Amino acid sequence: MSASAPILEVRDLHVSYGSIAAVKGISFEVATGETVCLIGANGAGKTTTLKALARLLPAHGTLHFDGHSLLHRPAHELIGAGMTLVPEGRGIFARLTVAENLDMGAYCRSDRAGIDADRDRVFGLLPRLKERARQVAGTLSGGEQQMLAIGRALMSRPRLLLLDEPSMGLAPMMVQKVFEVIRSVAAQGVTILLVEQNARLALSVASRGYVMESGGITLSDSAPALLANPGVREAYLGE
Amino acid sequence: MEIFIQQIINGLTTGSVYALVALGYTMVYGVIQLINFAHGEVVMIGAMVAFSVITALAGTAAPLPPAAILLAGVAAAIPACMAIGYLLERIAYRPLRHAPRLAPLITAIGMSIILQHLALLVWSRNPMAFPQIVDNPVFTIGGAAITGVQIAIILLSVVLMAALTWFVYRTRFGIAIRATAENVHVASLMGVDANRVIAATFVIAAALAAVAGVMVGTYYGITHYTMGFMLGLKAFSAAVLGGIGNLAGAMLGGILLGLVEALGAGYIGDLTDICKWPLMKEAVAERCAADGHLILMGSNYQDVFAFLVLIAVLVFRPSGLLGERVSERA
Repeated sequence: MSASAPILEVRDLHVSYGSIAAVKGISFEVATGETVCLIGANGAGKTTTLKALARLLPAHGTLHFDGHSLLHRPAHELIGAGMTLVPEGRGIFARLTVAENLDMGAYCRSDRAGIDADRDRVFGLLPRLKERARQVAGTLSGGEQQMLAIGRALMSRPRLLLLDEPSMGLAPMMVQKVFEVIRSVAAQGVTILLVEQNARLALSVASRGYVMESGGITLSDSAPALLANPGVREAYLGE
Repeated sequence: MEIFIQQIINGLTTGSVYALVALGYTMVYGVIQLINFAHGEVVMIGAMVAFSVITALAGTAAPLPPAAILLAGVAAAIPACMAIGYLLERIAYRPLRHAPRLAPLITAIGMSIILQHLALLVWSRNPMAFPQIVDNPVFTIGGAAITGVQIAIILLSVVLMAALTWFVYRTRFGIAIRATAENVHVASLMGVDANRVIAATFVIAAALAAVAGVMVGTYYGITHYTMGFMLGLKAFSAAVLGGIGNLAGAMLGGILLGLVEALGAGYIGDLTDICKWPLMKEAVAERCAADGHLILMGSNYQDVFAFLVLIAVLVFRPSGLLGERVSERA
């Protein structure tokens, strides 16, 4: 485990949809600079967990980001605090241009020069976006939309990036490209919490992983250990 | 031909007003999918406030120049309407944000009735003459008349619509409004306070409504506490015609509706003059002999056209002229 203090600390998190408990008291943490993944089958509660972190769903428990409790803060304050979610299904603004989508990522910032520098950085990382900056985002391909969603999140200069199923609905080649981008983002020092059904891919970029099953965390280990774990291999790696 | 040009001029004038009001419907709908049926009443309040201010200022011993008085009327109507727009959202609609859609709709109708009756209590149940204080020169174009007030209404509308378009497409907050209209959850992830955006939408819509109210008062020379009702319905029809939720659609729909209405009113008398129908000539010869006309429907049927247009749009192109096909949001 990393020596630095956890930037995200979750203790006994409960989330329910009405009377149905979707997340049943999970605890985990993410240390500054590391990439951690939550893997698990459909319906295990991974996306629900991220939505609770992003304050899109009411939750109970302890949620500490950077030492401060998140539980009673509205969703729109989190990005300013340094935590940005790339939602499941990408959630780009289809009727806005690519450039406008990126500007929305920097909505909470007012440092003009820094925003311009970050835009150049995003364009350097994702050159396709630069070519299409003036295009309406709805005309991008699925993979490009995912790139835009990640680029938009980077525009907020996040200290913790939450990625929800970035491979969803993409062609295999595009999935590889998206994960290359995630790798380079991680290499630039951004702390990442990745939720992913594709366990092999997720464990290939993460240093540690948690396995979720019906609303609970059943396993937690380093990525290589999880890749070698017979139970994980059978249930999530298709072996 | 003179009639045609005249009706185009008249249609552009009323169409400009419809467009300003339709923008209010369409902006609010775009952001929270609510038809704010009280929006017409905001227009009425704008006219009423301007009426009071102008009447008071024009009645002093040494009145200001007429243009300054009119400006003062507008300057008073705008913040008054903005306050009402804000309060409507805050008190009536925000608590129902997550209620089934019928609830805020019925509330909107309720707010419309409340505002009408508040106006009845504050002002009067009788129509009031809107003071005509500015000179209203008449110009002639191709045999048709255009007044200074008409020119002012058309020009001011164009300026306001251009300003709104600039604001929504070129400013940071405008982009945030469009982002919120598209996906309120993701917009909040980007740090947009949805409540602020929604309140701002109501306030901007109300400011446009205030100007429209003063225009209507000046143009028709009359204000009445029910004047917002029909105007609101027509502007709503215009917004639907253009494609509700679409800014350019509201502008186009407003102008088109004004033109349809004016041309309809201009020609319906001729078209329904039985004495001109060849097949009917014999049967009504006796009555036509008197003055050569037997008109079934006169220009008092003007209001019908807006709703014929609304029905036609709903039947043949429910998404409106510029609207996208409505898809369910995930």
